[in-house]
Amino acid sequence: MIREHVKPAIVSFLLLTFITGILYPLSVTGIARVLFSERANGSLVYRDGNPIGSLLIGQHFDDPKYLWGRISLTSPVRFNAAASSGSNLGPSNSVLVDAVKARIEALKAADPDNTSPIPVDLVTSSASGLDPHISLVAAYYQIPRVARLRGLSQDTVRSIVRKHSSNRFLGLLGEPVVNVLKVNLDLDSSKMEYNTDI
Amino acid sequence: MNWNNVIQGFIFLATVILLAKPLGTYMARVYEGKPTGLHVVLGPVERWIYRLSGIYPETGMSWKGYAVAMMLFNGIGIAVVYALQRLQAYLPLNPMSMPGVAPDLAFNTAISFATNTNWQSYGGETTLSYLTQMAGLTTQNFVSAASGMAVLVALIRGFIQKKAETIGNFWVDLVRSTLYILLPLSMILAIFLVSQGVVQTFKPYEKVTLLQPVMDSNGASVQEQVLALGPAASQVAIKQLGTNGGGFFNVNSAHPFENPTPVSNFLEVIAIILIPAALCYTFGYMVRDKRQGWALLAVMLIIFIPCLWSCIFFEQQGNPLLSSLGIDQKATAFQPGGNMEGKEARFGIANSAIWAVTTTAVSNGSVNSMHDSYTPLRGLIPVWLMQLGEVVFGGAGSGLYGMIAFAIIAVFIAGLMIGRTPEYLGKKIEAFEMKMASLMILIPPALVLAGTAVAVILPQAKASIFNPGPHGFSEVLYAFSSAANNNGSAFGGLSANTPFYNIALGLAMFFARYWLAIPMLAVAGSLSRKKIVPVSQGTLPTHTPLFIIFLAMVVLIVGALTFFPALVLGPIVEHFMLHHR
Repeated sequence: MIREHVKPAIVSFLLLTFITGILYPLSVTGIARVLFSERANGSLVYRDGNPIGSLLIGQHFDDPKYLWGRISLTSPVRFNAAASSGSNLGPSNSVLVDAVKARIEALKAADPDNTSPIPVDLVTSSASGLDPHISLVAAYYQIPRVARLRGLSQDTVRSIVRKHSSNRFLGLLGEPVVNVLKVNLDLDSSKMEYNTDI
Repeated sequence: MNWNNVIQGFIFLATVILLAKPLGTYMARVYEGKPTGLHVVLGPVERWIYRLSGIYPETGMSWKGYAVAMMLFNGIGIAVVYALQRLQAYLPLNPMSMPGVAPDLAFNTAISFATNTNWQSYGGETTLSYLTQMAGLTTQNFVSAASGMAVLVALIRGFIQKKAETIGNFWVDLVRSTLYILLPLSMILAIFLVSQGVVQTFKPYEKVTLLQPVMDSNGASVQEQVLALGPAASQVAIKQLGTNGGGFFNVNSAHPFENPTPVSNFLEVIAIILIPAALCYTFGYMVRDKRQGWALLAVMLIIFIPCLWSCIFFEQQGNPLLSSLGIDQKATAFQPGGNMEGKEARFGIANSAIWAVTTTAVSNGSVNSMHDSYTPLRGLIPVWLMQLGEVVFGGAGSGLYGMIAFAIIAVFIAGLMIGRTPEYLGKKIEAFEMKMASLMILIPPALVLAGTAVAVILPQAKASIFNPGPHGFSEVLYAFSSAANNNGSAFGGLSANTPFYNIALGLAMFFARYWLAIPMLAVAGSLSRKKIVPVSQGTLPTHTPLFIIFLAMVVLIVGALTFFPALVLGPIVEHFMLHHR
């Protein structure tokens, strides 16, 4: 009974491997290259002709002039897009609580006058360690700091944030978010509006 | 209650139920060999495979022959995936020069993909070449799902046929599942995913200059970010549709290159549950009584829907330890709030919780959030859904044959209560069927509980635990619940890439898959030989609300009682520790 199935097993395995493991990915790649070439290759963002990042992959910002993103705990460097990883810290783990306390301290040190409650997504790590987004509340929380340090008006910063925020799909699916890298690129190209001594 | 959460849950459920009938009808036509629109293109390919392979599609197989064919095919799959990983350094399509994979990890991954578990002990972008991902893993994603669907179809034939010695032809069921069902759906989904930003390329990883340089853990300044790429969309599509779940990247569908937008997320989460839900309709269609298919779908929904709502609702409450630090966890129109540790901003709470419940009810195992960071009772729901035996939707094919085993148990218990010989769909359920169905129900819990017990005793296994206290126990329980029910998701803190876990979980996955599939084929063979008993006044109807609730209770009682003590030691203790300090 076994012998009669050996040839069908081997040959059909090879043929199905050829169809599903070679032809199928190749044809998806071919179609993708024609229809959505940029997206298929990582949605890269360029500045002065050089790739500066991907629209979809976050980068680490801790300079107070920039909008800060989600926490990333990838190793050996944060936002390591060649080795994605979450924190995997359980909710009752004291390491998590201590880390959140330190993140609160850092936010307060960068902006001592801000008394708004700190939004949760700004002090927790993302699932991928590469989250490119934060919530609108997390972005608004940082507007006074960024505006002051860059010598921009809060309205200017707010309009930049709005420009790079996206709503729920059809108003229903997902969550409204702000793309941190896009905001920071735009901030860098904005001229200082007034001088401050900070 | 946050209204958007409610709406997103309803859109998801409605889409699943609406798609069950058209896709279920299509699949039934494929298995019955009736023409579909795709036969014009794929018919010649199908016949070409048969001719080259020496397959005679009209020849039926006994259940033993069917099982031998399935095991040979799956055995070759395991060997080839193992070999591809070990030898990938010498093979083409390896732009990042990945070295050969270690033997224990390659063993674990090979079994993981052949058994439709897709437990990830590896991190895709740091371990595997593009060739291994495509020819090894993507292929197994197709054929392991198709194997499960084939076993289901053979079992359905057991109910349809009268006094037959054969249960169909494994090769035909395998090839048809792959060509007519999985391949076209994956093709369409993959293109949609690329349109959202899922990468699909053979280029090496891209280097970009960071806007703000960053310190690495040694204090050195890093100016560049390396973006892992690859032919991801083609694999992501089938890993969702085939209830596989093994990610192209380490963090699976939480990775922005695997799941970049709310639209990609919606398509992917629908894809998880689409085929298992539609197969219920296929079942009803093929046994010529559609009410039977709806009844099984109803049983699944009765268990699934409360899990879905409670996971969304409670995860939205946030982590009490963070509330006490003054963190704002309230959901508003401008922030998702809730327990955001291990979740992506674009998915928030609703989309993470819907996914977590769906991926564990269905034996998919892909994730878009990190289950290890869920609050304890919300982490309990995914573990428990797996422990029910992956019959609430479950794997492609395997979930429904598991549910049919429960239905056999249920009619037997009902038969004892009313004093009649149990029948299901006109076939007498006798000692042999009961023995086989009991194996289905006993083997996974035995593997879960024994595996967990051994792992928490052995020092080298305990060293892998990441989070302290009862949460650490939950990590181990989750790992064995996942492997021994062929799910594949994880509490990712557990360092599972060690010889102990790679081998122990590899064996658990192997036995959980084939020790259940082979008894089901034996049931198919035994049922096929029986005559069909005409419906009489004494027949227990198996499509009524009474039977639906009765079957749901049998599933719940078996699942709940088996695992209650273990769950108390893990998530339930942690819940009380978290809320009553």
